[in-house]
Amino acid sequence: MTIVFGLVLGMLSAAALLTVARLLKGPGTLDRIAALDVFVVIIVAASAVYIAIYRDGSTVPLMAAVALVGFVGSATAARLVERWERHR
Amino acid sequence: MIRDIVSSVFLLGGALFCLLGAIGLVRLPDLPARLQAATKPQTLGLLFVLIGTAVRLEFENAATLVLVILFQAVTAPVISQIVARSAYRTGAVDTDLLVIDELTARVAEQDGK
Repeated sequence: MTIVFGLVLGMLSAAALLTVARLLKGPGTLDRIAALDVFVVIIVAASAVYIAIYRDGSTVPLMAAVALVGFVGSATAARLVERWERHR
Repeated sequence: MIRDIVSSVFLLGGALFCLLGAIGLVRLPDLPARLQAATKPQTLGLLFVLIGTAVRLEFENAATLVLVILFQAVTAPVISQIVARSAYRTGAVDTDLLVIDELTARVAEQDGK
């Protein structure tokens, strides 16, 4: 199981690094918003792996909270970008 | 023992899908293509990781995980749609590359009102 957890966390870390690369590079604000949304999903997945490692269910509600906050943030930012560009 | 095997398979599959989505996010050329990579593999990956986690937990906590995947399944398409619409409205999408474009006529009609 230790090897499996190592592999899983390694893959998730690689995914997070690639997402951050897109976040830094992304030509437009909307690319960055999409990348940030993916980053939040990867964080939720990583905390799920943490829960699986320690078999500790006490942080499960936190994951739901993080997922919801990520949704609200991305949706608001995308709407704001649309409004800014229109007034330009 | 059998729980460990099932959990391992799901966790590895989920992490692989998350990695594929991230690779797609970096490699794909324009925003609509990147949104595909940002939405579908990520949701599937998170679903698999959460199944793999739920197998190792007691029932009450596993039930809360269902809530998490439900949020993700509902919110990912919404964000994708909002971002794509903002991109279209602000001219970040190259309309020459689209195969079918049903939105231009609608937007023109709405702006003409």
